Amino acid sequence: MTSVASKPQSSANGTAEEERRGLLGRTLRAQGAQIVLVLAVIVVIFAVLAPSKFLTPFNIRTTIQDTSILAVLGVGMTFVIVTGGIDLSVGSVLVFSGVIADKVMAAMGDQGWGVSIVGIIVGCLCGLGWGLLNGVLVAKAKVPPLIVTLGTLGMALGFSQIITGGVDLRDVPDVLANSVFSEIGGQLPTLTLIALVVVVIGAIILHRTRFGLYTYAVGSNAEAGRRTGVRVQRQLIKVYALAGLTAGLAGVLNLAFFDSTTIGGQSETNLNVIAGVVIGGTSLFGGAGTIFGTVIGLFIPSVLQNGFVILGVQSFWQQVVVGAVLIAAVYLDQYRRSAALHGSSVQFPFLSRFGSGSRKVTPR
Amino acid sequence: MTLLQAKGLAKQYGHVQALAGADFEVDAGEVVALIGDNGAGKSTLVRMLSGSEQPDSGEILLEGKRTRLASPAAARDLGIETVFQDLALAPHLDPVQNMYLGREIMKPGLWGKLGFMDTRAMRAGSREAFDKLGATVGNLTGSVGAMSGGQKQGVAVARAAAWVNKVIFLDEPTAALGVVQTRNVLDLIRRVSSEGIGVVFISHSMPHVMEVADRIQVMRQGRRVAVYNATDTNMEELVGAMTGAVEQEAS
Repeated sequence: MTSVASKPQSSANGTAEEERRGLLGRTLRAQGAQIVLVLAVIVVIFAVLAPSKFLTPFNIRTTIQDTSILAVLGVGMTFVIVTGGIDLSVGSVLVFSGVIADKVMAAMGDQGWGVSIVGIIVGCLCGLGWGLLNGVLVAKAKVPPLIVTLGTLGMALGFSQIITGGVDLRDVPDVLANSVFSEIGGQLPTLTLIALVVVVIGAIILHRTRFGLYTYAVGSNAEAGRRTGVRVQRQLIKVYALAGLTAGLAGVLNLAFFDSTTIGGQSETNLNVIAGVVIGGTSLFGGAGTIFGTVIGLFIPSVLQNGFVILGVQSFWQQVVVGAVLIAAVYLDQYRRSAALHGSSVQFPFLSRFGSGSRKVTPR
Repeated sequence: MTLLQAKGLAKQYGHVQALAGADFEVDAGEVVALIGDNGAGKSTLVRMLSGSEQPDSGEILLEGKRTRLASPAAARDLGIETVFQDLALAPHLDPVQNMYLGREIMKPGLWGKLGFMDTRAMRAGSREAFDKLGATVGNLTGSVGAMSGGQKQGVAVARAAAWVNKVIFLDEPTAALGVVQTRNVLDLIRRVSSEGIGVVFISHSMPHVMEVADRIQVMRQGRRVAVYNATDTNMEELVGAMTGAVEQEAS
């Protein structure tokens, strides 16, 4: 009703305008390149300031390893944000999945692979369950994603604390902890290899399959998707379920890597992941974004943190710089978007009722 | 035979009676123009007939059989396509992805089952459809959002024309277009109808209506108030019917 009732403004189209828009399109596509450039500049600066310490194999390995769990979460988060949604619950779901996996493995009381595999599956299923709950509430009950996932953030963390009494559990079978902590060929951490596999699979699904296409379509113009036969609600549920699944897997990895459920240590995980996804060029308005950008976007805070520590700068500065980069990234996205829409007012879709951009002004 | 018919459709939004027992017919191979003042119920009628919304009462008959158009997808499965005023395009996707959205060609065999699409086939199909329309969609890989109004309209119209096999609805298809593109759309309307498709278009442009329509149906206050053959009416009569100065059918 809303969209059809409005009259189309006639957009006169001279050749100059066409050219400008072509240029805009090209810049948009080059956005992935920009963020790589930012990361490269940061790396070069640190490499010059601390030549003997920064670009060492050990330091590179540590940085990559520290980013691995965030990257797993970032894959699911990218899908969610591409739909125009948000998932604040990932950190708590990670903890919850770790707690349940730990409890199950402890109850089985064995140190072998059998118990470990059960633990991995249970952890992933816990994440999937929370993701499905998020998805159903967003898609069917039409509660804004911000509120739904803020609610499940509290619930998942609360349940974790109820189950554990607030005391971290440490019942990871040795084989699981050792293998996640080990390094393949002495250089590539297993944790990173797992994250890399998740990233590659995520990128293929998002960029090469119909599932990925529908994810973009829902974020771009959900109403158009609905009218052309895309099952918008079902797609949203699947996307939130996927984000939950990656959070569940991250929970198991986190548990195995730290040999702890880290109940108190994940309060900012969601925001760090969202920051990485957004810095990586995924639009909070939905419809645009890449997994590759997310990975780069997650590395920027990690590298800054690492570099500041090496340089002896108070590492609190990292938060300041990341905050500024985040705002700049969103400003650029907003600028690009409003330019593409002829300056129509912008509205964050995850605050709207449908949470999938269905109320957005359809650009013409 | 009447291809698509509506009898006594009514729809109320809150206190607003958008449709108050509207009738409608279109035959195969016929071009019907739907005209009326703003708020006369043209767009609402099209939304009922394209499955976007459900009427409160009244019935819809497709080829003489009573039909329920539960959703746009259901209407499309029956061969009814619609170009909405807002075009219903996903701005971040490219023309090919928009063209095939919801109807992707999948790769054969296992790859297709895993969700991989046959982009080459879809690109070829899109190219053919755009050429047929004479749409100036040069870049098939750029996002639709970055295109001009005319190009977007071209994509939306070509999409509907490529899939339709019974009735096509065009809600203000020329409103955002330049002279050449308007000519293309009017030609397209003629071409599509010559293939036995029923074409229904809403327009405020009387010259376009007079030029391309076989029949002209006038709406006012949620009802059909008059139907004319394009050959034996004139502008004054149409405007008279729209404003209520002339009344042909008993309301």
